[in-house]
Amino acid sequence: MADIAQAPAVDRSQMKVSDEVAVQITEMNKWYGTFHVLRDINLTVYRGERIVICGPSGSGKSTLIRCINALEEHQAGKITVDGTLLSSDLKNIDKIRSEVGMCFQHFNLFPHLTILENCTLAPIWVRKIPKKEAEETAMHFLNKVKIPDQANKYPGQLSGGQQQRVAIARSLCMRPRIMLFDEPTSALDPEMIKEVLDTMIELAEEGMTMLCVTHEMGFAQAVANRVIFMDQGQIVEQNEPKEFFNNPKSDRTKLFLSQILGH
Amino acid sequence: MSDTHAQTAAYVRESMIGQSAPPTGQSGAIRWMRENLFSGVTNTILTLVSIYVIWVIVSHLFPWFANSIWRADSLTQCREIRDATVGADAPAACFAVIVDRWQQLVFGFYPQDKYWRPVLALVVFLAAIAPILFQSLPRKALWFSAAAPFLLFFLLWGGSVWLPVCVALGFVIGAVAYRLLVASAGTLTATLAAIVLPLLYWLFLAGPLDAALTAVAPVGLEYVQSKDFGGFTLSFIIGVAGIALSLPLGILLALGRQSHLFIIKMISVGFIEVIRGVPLIVWLFTASLLLNYFLPPGTNFDLMLRVIIMVTLFSAAYIAEVVRGGLAALPKGQYEGADSLGLDYWQSMRLVILPQALKISIPGIVNTFIGLFKDTTLVVFIGLLDPIGLTNAIRASTDWNGVYWELFIFVGLMFFIACFSMGRYSLFLEKKLQREHR
Ligand SMILES: Nc1ncnc2c1ncn2[C@@H]1O[C@H](COP(=O)(O)OP(=O)(O)OP(=O)(O)O)[C@@H](O)[C@H]1O
Ligand SMILES: [Mg+2]
Repeated sequence: MADIAQAPAVDRSQMKVSDEVAVQITEMNKWYGTFHVLRDINLTVYRGERIVICGPSGSGKSTLIRCINALEEHQAGKITVDGTLLSSDLKNIDKIRSEVGMCFQHFNLFPHLTILENCTLAPIWVRKIPKKEAEETAMHFLNKVKIPDQANKYPGQLSGGQQQRVAIARSLCMRPRIMLFDEPTSALDPEMIKEVLDTMIELAEEGMTMLCVTHEMGFAQAVANRVIFMDQGQIVEQNEPKEFFNNPKSDRTKLFLSQILGH
Repeated sequence: MSDTHAQTAAYVRESMIGQSAPPTGQSGAIRWMRENLFSGVTNTILTLVSIYVIWVIVSHLFPWFANSIWRADSLTQCREIRDATVGADAPAACFAVIVDRWQQLVFGFYPQDKYWRPVLALVVFLAAIAPILFQSLPRKALWFSAAAPFLLFFLLWGGSVWLPVCVALGFVIGAVAYRLLVASAGTLTATLAAIVLPLLYWLFLAGPLDAALTAVAPVGLEYVQSKDFGGFTLSFIIGVAGIALSLPLGILLALGRQSHLFIIKMISVGFIEVIRGVPLIVWLFTASLLLNYFLPPGTNFDLMLRVIIMVTLFSAAYIAEVVRGGLAALPKGQYEGADSLGLDYWQSMRLVILPQALKISIPGIVNTFIGLFKDTTLVVFIGLLDPIGLTNAIRASTDWNGVYWELFIFVGLMFFIACFSMGRYSLFLEKKLQREHR
């Protein structure tokens, strides 16, 4: 345990896992051409869960969470998000995407729009919320990620950490019920990682259902209620964080942990 | 500053030391010349050769311009004036031909008493284009821009005022149908209705409606035939219509080309490659000759309209390729960012992808527009009287038989002004967007 980067203090009082299912994945398989990326994935995410997914590079972590909001198509098995079955029906896909927020490694902010416009775009066009109201919501969430004063700047004028926090705020403006994070801190300098993690911790403290692909083991230990280890397209092991780090079952997990935690 | 401060400060400068000028040769014209024109042996030689070439050209051309004659009724009279003033051997331009015939170069054979109509049309056009070109103008003015094409048509061709009104009504019907249906029946149904209803209206209702309204209230301008259009009016109409129509069509083709739907993709690729692979002049001949075979006999499908369609299709194919480059230059993350927020295809294209792709493509798009505008002179080969065609017509008169350069210089200058302005606007737009997005 001592190897894990110092775990931040987290208020767990609001973090409650209900028995309502948020995401249900059964027997899901995916291929890129002939390459079998995801094999027989079974995963049930309950509302309020904070799941951290880790694993070696190329193990299919990104692909897995991108399947949840249909950025990638799966070829076999079922994915149900918030009670909606993910099919090739565009209506269902758009509905799921508007309920599921996603943050990317490279932020993917829209450089031609101001921070405020980035945050109000989807609420106005997808949710049909009046502009004024959307702007108020946006300012609320920009306040939350502690950058309300940058609202009228363009993304290119912000630091990486600030951009990632804007990206989180942009997702939150859609009032999603589930948040997906794909290595949100791995493109950032060390001093910016903390500000983004703090934002994510705050989100977890409010009871958001989260799936995070990350190598920040301190974050996993402090926030997650479940850690999933993936290798070669399979879920090899999953457990609550204490057990996962102290008592890994499979050899592959042990090897991975020894590599990532160093020494 | 207070007194106490002056006392406590150890040293206060009371007078500023005057700035001394840098040594001559370190600044100003001399330094610039040394750095840019005479920085080395090669550079010096090149500079001297260039100066000589410029001198040769200017020394030959300058007297021709300086001696130019602006008032005369014919080339013969021009020569007489030249012989009398500067001597028979001296070169002298005879710009009197421009003074005498500029109306024809500008308006073609448009009836003289109706010149105010194309002039007013130009004013309307400029007023309509301004809010599109400059974001800082009030957005409400765009409604005028939307109505302008119909107003321009009415001004230029005349006829009953109800025809453009009835045609415009079709667009209104489409917009209303979309608005009413989109909430209840979904985007696809609404879009289909917005396309089909106006088409049905134009095919079956617009004609009788126009006739009825004209019978009740015969308001209108005298009709001017397409064959009377000529000169820069013609070039401008073909150029502007081609530009305005080919941009949206080109964007659609570019999107079609990267579509996942096989049929749409194949149609787009086929269209672009076929149109691009054949010279414009061939398409113009097709428009003027071949289309007559395909159209039902008796249909009098305006030649100018046919040319506009061909020019539009031709430059749309080029625009499509330019825009495709812009689309390809965008990182995949932009598409994914838009998708992950739940924007549908058209929303993500319109709000996220195209604004950025078009920004990248501005130089290429404007380049295509400039090409299109100059290519309008090719219509001379199918018998339309563009400015080049009119220079032939002017020379055909006995008065001005033998005048070449003066006419071509004038035509060239007019085209240059138009094309140069487009180029400058493109630079302005690039700089502005650069500043905004950083
Ligand atoms: N578009 C694609 N086409 C073909 N193969 C792909 C594609 N995207 C990913 N892959 C492959 O699928 C595998 C899983 O990729 P994925 O991005 O999910 O890995 P990851 O676990 O997120 O890795 P990392 O930690 O490096 O981000 C990799 O071997 C990758 O090469
Ligand atoms: Mg990844």
